[in-house]
Amino acid sequence: MKKVEAIIQPFKLEEVKEALKNIGIDGMTVTEVRGHGRQKGHKEIYRGQEYMVDLLPKVKIELVIADPRLNEVVHTLTSAARTGKIGDGKIFVYDVADAVRIRNDDRGESAL
Amino acid sequence: MFRTRSVLVYLAATAAALAQAPPDKIAALEAAVQSAQTSGDNAWMLTSSALVLLMTGPGLALFYSGLVRRKNVLGTMMQSFILMALVSVLWALFGYSLAFGEGSPFIGDLRYLMLGGVEGAPMPDYAATIPHQTFMLFQLMFAIITPGLICGAYAERMKFSAMVLFSALWLILVYCPMAHMVWGKGGMFNAFLGGSIPAFDFAGGTVVHITSGVSALVCALVMGKRKGYGSEPMKPHSMVLSFIGACLLWVGWFGFNAGSALGSGSLATSAFAATHFGAAAATLGWVLMEWMRNGKPSVLGGISGAVAGLVAITPASGFVKPMPALIIGFTAGVVCYLMCSVIKSKFGYDDSLDAFGVHGAGGTLGAILTGVFATNAINSALKGSDGKPLPLGLVDGNGGQVINQVMASAMAWGLALVGTFIILKIVDAVVGLRVTNEQEYEGLDISMHGEEGYNFEA
Repeated sequence: MKKVEAIIQPFKLEEVKEALKNIGIDGMTVTEVRGHGRQKGHKEIYRGQEYMVDLLPKVKIELVIADPRLNEVVHTLTSAARTGKIGDGKIFVYDVADAVRIRNDDRGESAL
Repeated sequence: MFRTRSVLVYLAATAAALAQAPPDKIAALEAAVQSAQTSGDNAWMLTSSALVLLMTGPGLALFYSGLVRRKNVLGTMMQSFILMALVSVLWALFGYSLAFGEGSPFIGDLRYLMLGGVEGAPMPDYAATIPHQTFMLFQLMFAIITPGLICGAYAERMKFSAMVLFSALWLILVYCPMAHMVWGKGGMFNAFLGGSIPAFDFAGGTVVHITSGVSALVCALVMGKRKGYGSEPMKPHSMVLSFIGACLLWVGWFGFNAGSALGSGSLATSAFAATHFGAAAATLGWVLMEWMRNGKPSVLGGISGAVAGLVAITPASGFVKPMPALIIGFTAGVVCYLMCSVIKSKFGYDDSLDAFGVHGAGGTLGAILTGVFATNAINSALKGSDGKPLPLGLVDGNGGQVINQVMASAMAWGLALVGTFIILKIVDAVVGLRVTNEQEYEGLDISMHGEEGYNFEA
C-alpha cells in the first residue's frame, strides 16, 4: 500500500476530486494548509504599511491506495492539479505498513 | 448652528394680508404655522440625532474593529459602545450644561444641571424652531462620537478601566470647553452668539475632529507602541467589517452635517450636498495617490479617503458651495494619505488606526479652508447693522477670517495637547494606562472582557 500526499493549489481541489472519482478513488482526507516552496509570497499594503505574506494557502490531499494503482493516481493528480505555473505544489509518496477499518477490524488492502 | 427664518417672513406677509381678519384668528394661524414648522424641523432633527448615534454604533465600532487584530475585535467594539452609555449619563447630569450653558467665554455654567429647563420649548439662541430637548439630544450624539474617535490611537493596548476614566475626564476637560467656546452662547469663537474671535465651524472641525485627532496623537506618544509594532504583522483582521463601518459613517454623516443646520430648510440641503461631494472627491484623491505610489488602489484606501473627506468638509459644510466642497475633499484625500502612510512612518509613532492622520490632519485642513471658501451666498445668517449679510470667507473678500480659523484651530490643538497629556498622567497614576504584556499578547477580548469575537468551534 502507498500513501499519496498531494499539496495543491486550493482552487484546483474540485478538479482533482472529480478526476480521482473518475478513476474510482473515493476515499481521501483534505486539509487546508499554508506553506511555500519556490513560489514567492505576495506583498500586502495597508495605509502604506507593507506586509510580506510568504506562507500561502494550499490544500493537502491524503489518500492511501493499493500499490498497482500508484502511477495511475499520481498521473491523475498531476494532470488535474497542473497549471504550469510556479506554485502548483508537490506530491509525496510513502509506504504504508498496515490499514485498519475501525468499523469491523478489516486489515490491509481490504480496509481501504 | 442656527437657521434662517424665511417662514417667519412669509408669516408676516400673510398676517398683513389678513389685517382685516379678527385678531384671534390671526393668532391661531400664527400658532398653526409655527407648529407646522416645528413639526418639519423636529422630524429632521430627531432623524439626524439618530443618524449621528449610528455613526458611533455600529459605524465607528465596525470601522475600527475591522482594522485591529482578531483578538481585539470585541475590545475595540466595546470602547465605542461603552461611550454611548457613559457619555449619555454624564451629558444628562452636567455635560450639556458645561457645553451649552451661558457662562464664561471658555466654559458653560451649571444652569442646565440635570437637564433642568431643557424641555419642549425651544431655546431660541440655539434653535428657534425645535424643542430645546431635541437640540440637547443632537449635541449629545456629537459628544459620544468625539472621544470614540480617539480609540483609534490607543487601540489594542489600553486597559478598559483606564479608557473609561480617560474618556469621562476628557469629555469634561476638553470636549465641553471646546464645544462651549465654538457653539455655546457667549463662547469666545462663537461667530453668531457674540464671540470675540468669530470662527466658523458648522459641524465640528475644531470641536470634534481637531480635539479628538490631536488627543489621539498625544495618546499614541504617551502610551507608546503596541508590543511588536514594526516587527510583527499587524494586519487589519477584517476589511469587510471596516468597509461596512465606513459606509455607515458616510450615511450617518448626513445627520452630522446637514443636521447641523438645526432645521430642514435649504441650508440643510446645501450642507448635505457639500458633505457628499467632499467625501466623493476625497475618496478619489486617496485612491489615486495609492494607485500611483503602490500600483494598486485598495479598499482600505477608498474608505479611508471617504472618512478623511467627511472630516475635512465638516466645518465647511454649511458655508460652502459644491465646487469648493470638491476641492476641500480632494485635498483632504491627498493630505491625509500622506499623513498616514509617509509622515507616520517617518516619525514612528503608533497611531494604530490613524485617528490623528485622518481626524487631526483632516480637521485642521478643513477648519482653515472653511475660512477660505465660506460664502454668504450659502449662509446669510451673519448680518451687519444694515441688515445685509456680512462677507464670510476669503472668497467673499474677508481674508481675515482665515486668521480667525487658524486661531480657533490653535486653541483646539492647545487644549487637546495640554488637556489630554494631563488626563493621561492622572489616569496612569490612578489605574495605569496599559494592559500587561501577557494581556496584550492574549488580546483585549479575553483579558479585558472574558469573551472571544469569533468562536469558530461553537
